[in-house]
Amino acid sequence: MVLTMFWGVAAFTAGVVIAAQLVWPQLSFDSEYLTFGRLRPLHTSAAIFAFGGTALIGTSFHVVQRTCRAQLFGGAPLGWFIVLGYQFFIVIAATGYLLGITQSKEYAEPEWYADIWLTIVWVAYLIAYLGTVLKREEPHIYVANWFYLAFIITIAMLHIVNNLTMPVSFFGTKSYSAWSGVQDAMIQWWYGHNAVGFFLTAAFLGMMYYFIPKAANRPVYSYRLSIVHFWSLVFIYIWAGPHHLHYTSLPDWAQTLGMVFSVMLWMPSWGGMINGLMTLSGAWDKLRTDPGLRFSVTAVGFYGMATFEGPVMSIKAVNSLSHYTDWTIGHVHSGALGWVAFIVFGSMYYLVPVLWKRPAMWSTRLIGWHYWISTLGIVLYISSMWVSGIMQGLMWRAYDELGFLQYSFVETVAAMHPFYFIRLLGGVLFLSGGLIMAFNMWRTVRGDKAQAVVPAATAAVAA
Amino acid sequence: MFIRHEAIEKNAILMLVLTLITVSIGGIVQIIPLFTIESTIERVDGVRPYTPLELMGRNIYVREGCYLCHSQQIRPFKDEVERYGHYSLAAESMYDKPFQWGSKRTGPDLARVGGRYSNDWHVQHLTSPRAVVPESVMPAYPFLAERKLEARDIARHLKSLRSVGVPYTDEMIDNAAADLDAQVNPDADPTALLKRYPRAVVGKFNSQAEGVTEMDALVAYLQMLGTLVRISDIPPERLRQ
Repeated sequence: MVLTMFWGVAAFTAGVVIAAQLVWPQLSFDSEYLTFGRLRPLHTSAAIFAFGGTALIGTSFHVVQRTCRAQLFGGAPLGWFIVLGYQFFIVIAATGYLLGITQSKEYAEPEWYADIWLTIVWVAYLIAYLGTVLKREEPHIYVANWFYLAFIITIAMLHIVNNLTMPVSFFGTKSYSAWSGVQDAMIQWWYGHNAVGFFLTAAFLGMMYYFIPKAANRPVYSYRLSIVHFWSLVFIYIWAGPHHLHYTSLPDWAQTLGMVFSVMLWMPSWGGMINGLMTLSGAWDKLRTDPGLRFSVTAVGFYGMATFEGPVMSIKAVNSLSHYTDWTIGHVHSGALGWVAFIVFGSMYYLVPVLWKRPAMWSTRLIGWHYWISTLGIVLYISSMWVSGIMQGLMWRAYDELGFLQYSFVETVAAMHPFYFIRLLGGVLFLSGGLIMAFNMWRTVRGDKAQAVVPAATAAVAA
Repeated sequence: MFIRHEAIEKNAILMLVLTLITVSIGGIVQIIPLFTIESTIERVDGVRPYTPLELMGRNIYVREGCYLCHSQQIRPFKDEVERYGHYSLAAESMYDKPFQWGSKRTGPDLARVGGRYSNDWHVQHLTSPRAVVPESVMPAYPFLAERKLEARDIARHLKSLRSVGVPYTDEMIDNAAADLDAQVNPDADPTALLKRYPRAVVGKFNSQAEGVTEMDALVAYLQMLGTLVRISDIPPERLRQ
């Protein structure tokens, strides 16, 4: 938990720094170590793997033990090996980025030595998780565990295939990919899109399937929907990669397959959203009194929005406008901030008092502040990126009345400036929300008496 | 159907195996044919492995994360073709390990930037982007112009690339260090280099510093981008994938 919070704040800070660099490019100070090109992988890896991954490992261990009524397979030693081994992976990967050690595959930047280490940790993770499920006391495997298991096994497959490389020497960091050109592009985005699909979606759906019913004190809305949603999601997601390569040198048949499956993906995604939201039937009043749950539910809302926007953007005609622009960046952040970060926040607001045996979070009011500040931050972020992305796409293809391209490239860069500033503002707000949460968590863990500002609310949370 | 799902729900190994099969199908269908269908990579003349200096420059391009803001993939749209040149062919990146198509254009596409600007312009622009383009948001890379290129193990780079399928010959590997020097050293004779690597651009790319700097390698790479294939020489039916 503490590690998650730490990486969360680190990732948001790195994000704010690179957002600021796009407003004021002088901010890299001519230093080799602070350029956008080196900090951007630091930001994405910190957000996805450090913040997201740590949250997933932590919550998955909690969920699997609770829902299986069994101690973690391998006990504390294996558990700590996985947690600390994973942290070590993050540290060697992140320091490498600053030194310019990268494979230049998005979201798979770590070089071969870090990849091998991660593979070892990941196999241990699979053993611990599967072992716990196997020795469960419950006859059925709970739905959250299906998603976590699918996440662990699929990420293993993607990671190994995409990272096959030949190191230049045993003592050097550099390696060359086994794949090249068009095949490499396809494999990379097969990996890249499913880092979203299985790391940031399936696994976090596992989180949703445990923490929303828990916090709302209701059973999951539909068991059948869980089954249909699970199998269709894991089957269809894996096909969506080529939508990152529309109109490129990837053959048309592959692009078309990618588009068709991306559009189909809308359905299972919304199946999951409906299942999450409808779980609150009869418990909607809790949104008023439990701001932690409000985070989880808003997360599902953003999930629904992002998984509608995604299929739209994967349609080739739309993609011809949106690709290469900030629209993509905005889309990713409505998923990453709105869905991933919010579901983590919601789960953590539930889990921290449980783990440290406190009646509630230290301050319910601060959770409310965190909620509204972060939400405002996301709105500023994604709307500025919509405007700048669409504007950029339209400016690139604009012709004047004489049939010449109307804008030079650099004019489009200049036009982005105000929107990059608004985006930065959104990022700063989101970071501030994260700091408020860290403070609240620290006071809770320290055991400070819960603030009785809104007695009714606190009572409801405690109940 | 739903009754039988119970069997899966009660058997973790079965669930794991079925999940793995389910997630494998999409990848198998989309990836394997790209290796087997011959027309995936167009048969065009001119594509060759990178010269040692270009390769080192490319590694700097990768190291600095240039691909995060610059694509190398021109789409077949009127405006892109007018702005950047003929749309990109799969053949043009067939020896790219890894590919550098990129996913974002915070800066312009670079797939055919070779020969568009002078060497001095590139050096100036990389050292201080806003001195040349006031509206630019690119970071400055002054350190490239001063730092000596570390290329002692250049032959090893070529060898490991050959082990993953790039057709470097024994001759190319044996002469890697000499070829690197011949491309940038004004006193060396580039004839052998040009025979091994046709259309290589020879010259002292970074006139600001003596010896071979990282800037020399990076500019050598930028100056060759998109220059290997003469699109106008290719009959259109050869471009069909």
